[in-house]
Amino acid sequence: MSDRKGYAVSVNESADPNRRDFLYIATGAFGAVGAAAVAWPFIDQMNPDAATLALASIDVDVSQVAEGQSITAKWRGKPIFIRQRTQQEIDEARSVDLSELKDPMARNANLPGDADATDVNRAATDKEAWLVMVGVCTHLGCIPLGQAGDYDGYFCPCHGSHYDTAGRIRTGPAPENMAIPPFSFSDDTTITIG
Amino acid sequence: MKKTLSAILAAGIAFAPLAAFAQDGQGPNENTAQEEEVAAENADAPEEEAEEGHAETPHYPLRRPEEMNWSFAGPFGHWDVGQLQRGYKVYREVCAACHSMNFVAFRNLEDLGYSEEQVSTLAAEFTVQDGPDSSGEMFDRPATGSDYFPAPYPNPEAAAAANNGAVPPDLSLIAKARAVERGFPTFVFDIFTQYSEAGPDYLHALLTGYGEEPPEGTELMSGTYYNPYFISSSALAMPQPIYEDQVEYPDGAPQTVEQYSRDVTAFLMWAAEPHLTERKATGFVTMIFLIAFAVLMFFVKRRVWAGTPH
Amino acid sequence: MSGHSSYVPSNGIMRWLDARLPLPRMVYDSFVAYPVPRNLNYAYTFGGILAIFLTIQILTGIVLAMHYAAASSLAFESVEKIMRDVNWGWLLRYMHANGASFFFVAVYLHIARGLYYGSYKAPREVLWILGVVIFLLMMATAFMGYVLPWGQMSFWGATVITGFFTAFPLIGEPIQTLLLGGFSVDNPTLNRFFSLHYLLPFMIAGVVILHVWALHVTGQTNPTGVEVKSSKDTVPFTPHATVKDGLAMIVFLAVFAYFVFYLPNYLGHPDNYIEANPLATPSHIVPEWYFLPFYAMLRAITFNIGPIDSKLGGVLVMFGSIIILFFLPWLDTSRVRSTAFRPLYKVFFWIFVADCIFLGWLGAKPAEGIYPTLALLGTIYYFAHFLIVLPVLGLVETPKKLPNSITEAVLGKQKSESGAGSPAGAAASPETKG
Repeated sequence: MSDRKGYAVSVNESADPNRRDFLYIATGAFGAVGAAAVAWPFIDQMNPDAATLALASIDVDVSQVAEGQSITAKWRGKPIFIRQRTQQEIDEARSVDLSELKDPMARNANLPGDADATDVNRAATDKEAWLVMVGVCTHLGCIPLGQAGDYDGYFCPCHGSHYDTAGRIRTGPAPENMAIPPFSFSDDTTITIG
Repeated sequence: MKKTLSAILAAGIAFAPLAAFAQDGQGPNENTAQEEEVAAENADAPEEEAEEGHAETPHYPLRRPEEMNWSFAGPFGHWDVGQLQRGYKVYREVCAACHSMNFVAFRNLEDLGYSEEQVSTLAAEFTVQDGPDSSGEMFDRPATGSDYFPAPYPNPEAAAAANNGAVPPDLSLIAKARAVERGFPTFVFDIFTQYSEAGPDYLHALLTGYGEEPPEGTELMSGTYYNPYFISSSALAMPQPIYEDQVEYPDGAPQTVEQYSRDVTAFLMWAAEPHLTERKATGFVTMIFLIAFAVLMFFVKRRVWAGTPH
Repeated sequence: MSGHSSYVPSNGIMRWLDARLPLPRMVYDSFVAYPVPRNLNYAYTFGGILAIFLTIQILTGIVLAMHYAAASSLAFESVEKIMRDVNWGWLLRYMHANGASFFFVAVYLHIARGLYYGSYKAPREVLWILGVVIFLLMMATAFMGYVLPWGQMSFWGATVITGFFTAFPLIGEPIQTLLLGGFSVDNPTLNRFFSLHYLLPFMIAGVVILHVWALHVTGQTNPTGVEVKSSKDTVPFTPHATVKDGLAMIVFLAVFAYFVFYLPNYLGHPDNYIEANPLATPSHIVPEWYFLPFYAMLRAITFNIGPIDSKLGGVLVMFGSIIILFFLPWLDTSRVRSTAFRPLYKVFFWIFVADCIFLGWLGAKPAEGIYPTLALLGTIYYFAHFLIVLPVLGLVETPKKLPNSITEAVLGKQKSESGAGSPAGAAASPETKG
């Protein structure tokens, strides 16, 4: 549509822009702005649509989850592990020194980004037995197995990442602790995720 | 050839900005006259038909809808939020008893000026089926923002059975799915006046068109109700749906059939085309841009061709 | 035009590439240095406009296909989700739907230009035939695309159009069943129409390349119909034709935008906002406006012609109305190319245009009363134009005196304009001022 070569030639003809150059430059600029404006809807249409965004938060009933049990909920198409940990698991997680951790950050969406990966920062606020996290291995997206691996936590069978009972990466190729989604207890037995 | 082409092309551009004024000014006046003519013609039609037996199929609707002033018409069309809220109340208390609105979700009601909390409250007035739960049973729960309006009947058969054999149509798109043909030359003028409210005009006319005695010789099928504005016959299966003072308006708007019809029609237009105002606003910027671009391009073209007789 | 190239690579990289894949050279020769007659008017800009619209349709189509579900139970709903939930979905869909209409506006004007200036005459027969092929492919694409939203008009349009094939004795019904993948329009039909609707535009693009290739072999016609004789008759494509085409495109896009943003459903039918229902036919089945003249011809044949019954007759007449275009280069016997110099044909040209519009109007009318008779008259004239008027007129008409060259025509006109501005050749003369 636009004649780039034509503009280039006329721009090069003189150093200071005279009226003719201005006309060509302005028209070229209009063409560029128009093309960019038209491109945006074609790109933005790939973002999540209004219906998808509306499903961003879910309520999960956890009244049936006893100590030592877990359930998996689905949020944004991903599994969310919800586990009421045993006292032994909690103690195990607390006994780990921060310096032993491969990833020292909490990766908890409910806390500031620089929070340490202590067990308190990983578990639900004021309910340290509850662990709620996105059940996706931070290596390449497989779903780890629960209560497995060298640290009694989670084990990803795809490429051998071992997580501890607080979902922190200990050995294997995964770079980060498993993510904790934004969530809260809306009452004693209901967790709102998202 | 050249002149015709240029004229066609130019006309569209030249009239785009003018249409705003045409909408309020000449548009309606010019059409009122026509309408009366047509109305007069049509009034005779059924009688003639009765006399001649079955000479020709009568043309429906018997009467053309009146053109209304809608806030969403024209290049600067916008929603009247108060009207949409009233319209929603009418829909909720009257139409929703029989009509579904499958493509509209409660979250969409935020367009009507409700906050997220208000939408949750409005949604919770409806019950939707969910499930299966952990024991495999379906269960009912209050609707939330992400749910769609539940249909009053589980399937079309049930709807037909409950309504004398006629399925009440879904209302999600009704304001775009009905329009009385405009005819020549009105449809040409419509391009310049940007008339695209044939659907709302029809709905309003239909809702206010009940209560007349059918002209002599009109045979009504049992279970149908005479309405000269109905698009495909002289009577339809829906009885007059709304009466004066049936729905209470908290904002003091008149509680008349006329007002109810306007409000619910505006609401249905919103339901059919929720991005209407966004569309027109984007269009305004786009038109300004393209016209300015065309002007610049015109001067570029003149300059490039300046030394070349052609 | 072909054979000689004036391209000089501007730097080492381009020289390297030119020796291996001379793509920049081809682009330069076709769209920069390519000589075009200096007297082309705005009627000659529709080719470029059509290229833009093919691009718009393909781009919007590709993104719509990311959200569309080609299943009879989901199609209508998925289109509504595009309109309501997808970011900018309403804009993309309205652009695609109205884009089809404006594609046809442009193609009809492009064809009219070809008819007026005799662009189909030797040596451009192949160029013309390729254009008719593109037109046929466009019609097939548009028809199948209209089925995809799965509204009432989609469904019943598909039922009616595929019903054409049942007109042929013996083989007709098996062919229809094969096309539909069943005994009526249903999910298999929708799926294959979607597949073909996605495929055909790329076939159009392929034929467009051949069409442009053929154009660049013979060069463009021009309003005088006199072939280019020297380099004085031409100007380089860039910048002259580029800016002129660019201006026409922007103006055309502005009209398009006016419809997309302010009258997006003006050219559509309200019934297509009702989901397809195989048990209820709409009261009037009307095709999209660009098919109306052909639809009128289909319905005009209400009587049997010898062994051919009226149904087959209508289908044959309708297809014949397009097939006849393939033979146009040989039906026109005139030795003069441009209508500007054919005073009699000019009258018949406009009668023909009026006849097409008349048929279009009839196509939108119900098939009752006097309309089928009028449609028959219009159809007879349509064919008479090609089979009688064109061959006879070329033999009996006395054309005006042709200029010796384009340059002479242009300069002569300049002289007369600087004088009293004689209107003698005004309608015939090419566009003068922007």
